[in-house]
Amino acid sequence: MHGTLAGDIGIALVNVFFLAVLFAAAIAIARMRSLFAIVMLAGIYSLVSAAWYVAVDAVDVAFTEAAVGAGMSTAVLLGAMLLTSRTAKPEKLFSRVGPMLVCVMTGAALIYATVDLPGLGDPNSPVNSGVGYTYLQINWHDTGIPNVVTPVLGSYRGFDTLGETTVVFAAGLAVALLLGFGERSLAEMIRKEDRTSLRQKPKAPEAPATDEDPA
Amino acid sequence: MKSDHHVILRVVAKGLIPIIALFAFYVQFHGDFGPGGGFQAGVIIAVAVILYALVFGVPAAMRAVPPVFTRSLAAIGVMIYAGVGFWALLQGGNYLEYQALFHEAPGEHHGQHIGILVIELGVLCGVSGAMLTIFYAFAGRVAEIRDEDW
Repeated sequence: MHGTLAGDIGIALVNVFFLAVLFAAAIAIARMRSLFAIVMLAGIYSLVSAAWYVAVDAVDVAFTEAAVGAGMSTAVLLGAMLLTSRTAKPEKLFSRVGPMLVCVMTGAALIYATVDLPGLGDPNSPVNSGVGYTYLQINWHDTGIPNVVTPVLGSYRGFDTLGETTVVFAAGLAVALLLGFGERSLAEMIRKEDRTSLRQKPKAPEAPATDEDPA
Repeated sequence: MKSDHHVILRVVAKGLIPIIALFAFYVQFHGDFGPGGGFQAGVIIAVAVILYALVFGVPAAMRAVPPVFTRSLAAIGVMIYAGVGFWALLQGGNYLEYQALFHEAPGEHHGQHIGILVIELGVLCGVSGAMLTIFYAFAGRVAEIRDEDW
């Protein structure tokens, strides 16, 4: 972090501001009982961390964080929240001691580890001097694609990305197999509504994917 | 819809959803030049449909984008990606070797562009299909969001 502080006091202030907002959001999440507010604050947490990633020049990570963390997981958590009660159960004071010890120790270890971190954008750090630098040098000749992230993900590490896509597919499949495909309870209702509202279509078990607005 | 409490929400969402979907395609096809790519675009498309489901009810969303379609889309996406690998194999190269797609010399980039475009399309289909399948699995158990849940 010393590189950041040495570089520009403005960037350091932006970093401190974003991290302070993240800290406040995390404390608020830990102290709240209403699940709806917790889900919303978790979305805000993701959005602020996405903004912070932009501030440290990790634009692709920021994009993914904003789309997945703030958008997707908030929506899925809202859907999951509807299936359960609206407030978290208050736990006993005694049972908080163990988790708190784990958190404090992990935090201390992480803070200790930051001492060894290279400065932001340090050209001699392992990230920038090793394979990353090689990618930057050979990418244009190899692929001719300006954004280095895309050929690294798609071309140099195409197998990894294939594996990731398969993992996402497997996750979707696992959730669908565990929770049911979701339409079982609704299919009968949709069919009934279709039968009453659209007399010209007597049997429509799965409505066709039209772009007309059914609402 | 029975209740009319959320008329502002519905009007705003109806205007926003096409823009979100359009932005997803921008992210998808501009991934070669700026931040973005298939994964982010797939999530954004899924979020557009999820926003529709949250505002207009899950049955309406399931009529527009049926669960059978999202499930198939996830599988088709993975098959598109893996298919590019087999395409390269059939052309005599290694698995996922885009340079071999059109038998190009190392300096030419046509195969790289086409290969990455197609696998990003596979990632888009796979991710958006899987995300929507997950959402439907959760949300399909509650037909409609009641007013006190907001």
